[in-house]
Amino acid sequence: MKRVLLVLTLAAVAVFFQPKAGHAGESGRGVFNPETATLANGMRIVVIRNHRVPVLTHMVWYAVGAADEGPGETGVAHVLEHLMFKGTKTRAPGEFSRILARNGGQENAFTSSDYTAYYQTVAADRLEMVMEMEADRMTNLVLTEKGVQTEKAVVMEERRSRTDNNPGALLSEQVDAALYLNHPYRRPVIGWAHEIEALNLKAVMAFYKKWYAPGNAILVVAGDITLEKLKPLAEKYYGAIPVQPPVTRIRPTEPPQHASRRLVLKDKRVRQQAWGRAYLAPSHMSGDKQHAYALEVLANILGHGSTSRLYQALVVEDKLAVGAGSYYSGDKRGPGNFKLYVSPRPGVSMETLEAKIESLLAGLLKHGVTPDEVLRATKRMRAQAVYARDSLSTGARVLGAALAAGLSIDYVETWPDHIGAVTADDVNAAARAVLKDNHSVTSLLLQKKTG
Amino acid sequence: MLKILINGLFASLAVLVLTPLLAVPPAHAVEIDRVKSPGGIEAWLVRDQSNPIISMRFAFRGGSALDPADRGGLANMTASLLDEGAGDMDSKAFQGTLEDLVITLRFSAQRDSLGGQLVTLTENRDIAFKLLKLALTKARFDAEPVERIRSQILAEIRQNTEDPGAIASKSLFKRLFPDHPYGRPKNGTAKSVAAITRADLKAFTKRRLGKNNLIIGVVGDIAPDTLSAALDDVFGSLADKAAAWDIPETAPESDGRTLVVEKNMPQSSIVFADKGLKRDHPDFYAAYLMNHILGGGGFTSRLYNTIREKRGLAYSVYSGLHPLKRAGLLFGGAGTTNAKVSDTLRLLKQEWTRMAETGATKEELADAKTYQTGSYPLRFTSSGSIAGMLVGIQMNALGIDYMDRRNSLIEAVTITDVNRVAKTLLRPDRLSIVIVGKPNGVKSTP
Repeated sequence: MKRVLLVLTLAAVAVFFQPKAGHAGESGRGVFNPETATLANGMRIVVIRNHRVPVLTHMVWYAVGAADEGPGETGVAHVLEHLMFKGTKTRAPGEFSRILARNGGQENAFTSSDYTAYYQTVAADRLEMVMEMEADRMTNLVLTEKGVQTEKAVVMEERRSRTDNNPGALLSEQVDAALYLNHPYRRPVIGWAHEIEALNLKAVMAFYKKWYAPGNAILVVAGDITLEKLKPLAEKYYGAIPVQPPVTRIRPTEPPQHASRRLVLKDKRVRQQAWGRAYLAPSHMSGDKQHAYALEVLANILGHGSTSRLYQALVVEDKLAVGAGSYYSGDKRGPGNFKLYVSPRPGVSMETLEAKIESLLAGLLKHGVTPDEVLRATKRMRAQAVYARDSLSTGARVLGAALAAGLSIDYVETWPDHIGAVTADDVNAAARAVLKDNHSVTSLLLQKKTG
Repeated sequence: MLKILINGLFASLAVLVLTPLLAVPPAHAVEIDRVKSPGGIEAWLVRDQSNPIISMRFAFRGGSALDPADRGGLANMTASLLDEGAGDMDSKAFQGTLEDLVITLRFSAQRDSLGGQLVTLTENRDIAFKLLKLALTKARFDAEPVERIRSQILAEIRQNTEDPGAIASKSLFKRLFPDHPYGRPKNGTAKSVAAITRADLKAFTKRRLGKNNLIIGVVGDIAPDTLSAALDDVFGSLADKAAAWDIPETAPESDGRTLVVEKNMPQSSIVFADKGLKRDHPDFYAAYLMNHILGGGGFTSRLYNTIREKRGLAYSVYSGLHPLKRAGLLFGGAGTTNAKVSDTLRLLKQEWTRMAETGATKEELADAKTYQTGSYPLRFTSSGSIAGMLVGIQMNALGIDYMDRRNSLIEAVTITDVNRVAKTLLRPDRLSIVIVGKPNGVKSTP
């Protein structure tokens, strides 16, 4: 029962990666084989059939996230997500959750830079009930200033738990602020504390009215249902919501980056030091998109699992580190990023560690990866598809996130084929394009000695 | 974590008409096959051919609570090393095979058991079983992985000393069980982990991995006779019996004292506990429902409503039963800014007192029951989750028909049961509390 906020910490990235790794499948067969439709008011519908048990997951995704917030309003997307549980014209605060719980349903919601999603998992015969309630709060939300102020206090506690109480999380927030010079991905999803404090009813309602509309929403239902059965219900509840004029998404874009950046956070609380490197990278939707699949393969070769290059070199062979890895965030509407992280063993200086990492990266750029490494990685990535189909919610999360970020169903369904087509030349070209100092941030998390 | 609030007063007529509440929703849609190998090894199987996947969970009774006092963390370290090289495969070969064939093989230590999971595509079934067998019977414990895993566990122990939640739990367990293995950290201490030798690790697998302590649950694409043969092949060469052991029965020493562990952090981490019920206690279901109403019910519990929803004092506030093999615990936590710790504690004790003195209402109990019975089928939505339940049911000796009976056990609880249990279990003046942070105006009990 965690209300999840997707921020760019390591843990949250795992949330992104897991479904990601699940995109593979047998060639030409698709991954989740969804059924799709669009309502007259523009709301898209995706159904993933899974008849194992009479249960289903109902999700509504809004194609709006923290990167769409106005100046001075960081955190409003996420605060609104909390406030969506506070009642409507016909329903008291908390009534949605209470009715759902009484019916054995479970629910939650989460916010990222690009999207906000709400979901319930219920017995299949309770679907109509949750559709009615979710459709109701798409347009009929009722908030009070007091309700907003109280929930802001909850969100401030959430921020303290996730970020302020944790030096590593504070540093990773600073890394994003330094990595993106102009794009709103530089702002934390949960918001800067002083701007959360300043939010009010008016700002929240303006954001809600602007973005929460059927044309900006995607309904994803996975489980014991078919599109044929779902569609009349979707028309009845979501189809009744009037069309709203489309909203223009205004997001500042990145200028060319010329200088490498270096951040050092020293804190007495730190007991395990850490080294990090973040590179600005293209995504599947932004920049040199042709590199995106190859970057996924590169992240796998470089830093996924205990036979990866970084782990083998730094942890196993040279014994400089206790952990090392890399990950690529490419499923974004705007510019992506490619990150490396290493935790040194006690007594290993950051200078020694960094020199070794630089020589590994130089070797990678000079000699490239081998066709055999690429084959191993792509085979593993593709084979994950079958596992992705096993859980009820995975397909709903993957497809919903892709559509809400502006990607297509086809992107998800053909992902294994695209990964399978990546060559060593592709990976090496992508590495040489992205692993460049002038658009990178190096971060050091250090223990501040007392006294 | 945990979103949302209250309000029975505004129950929506429209919705009630739309979906009248069913008395007892259908419990589950799986059939359990008791598979017994020729060699006498038993596994519970739910055959499911919807995907070409086999998901196996297993556990050996006896966990980190059995670690010798000067070798704390031995079970955890062994679990972390079983998949780091076995038979003629060194760590890199073993891990490389798992990665290339996308087989998940993991072991982990809990206080009362050593568990594992194996997940494989059907096409790699034979090699997956072979790797599991090697890990259980021929782990190598080569010097390189032993030192590497040791350094990772030590890093985790260091990291836990900067994590307020981890500090709080560790301090609370130490206080609750001062002279019992449950009071020691599962992963050991820097000193005890440094002392673990290769001989300790090897001896552990010989002494502890016995067939008499083994429990197995399997879900997925495998026929009973295939599984039956695999059971003997994989587990047959383990010792018939693990070395004899016992963990003394105990009760947490909750005495109402507060401990403040001062750390310079903006938010205080609060944990609290008192004596609870063990899993086999006749009142377990009454206590489970009582706790659901008090602090376990996601976005609808009393603690959630009072502390988070109405006052915005915390993002996370909860309570839960924590049954161990030899002790029962009622455990909870909250995180709040340093200035609000005393308010939060006051409200916590107020809710504790209110439930003890006036109990739950019939409506609250009815809602808790329909939530619990209605949400039970939601646990059957992935192979791993079902396999985990198969192990849990056997571990707690609940019976192979438990999934059919479970909802009626919930239904059978009366309001009198709930309120009787609340009166005995909830003792606000006996709650042991640990706060990590810089709470304003709250001090350790001298």
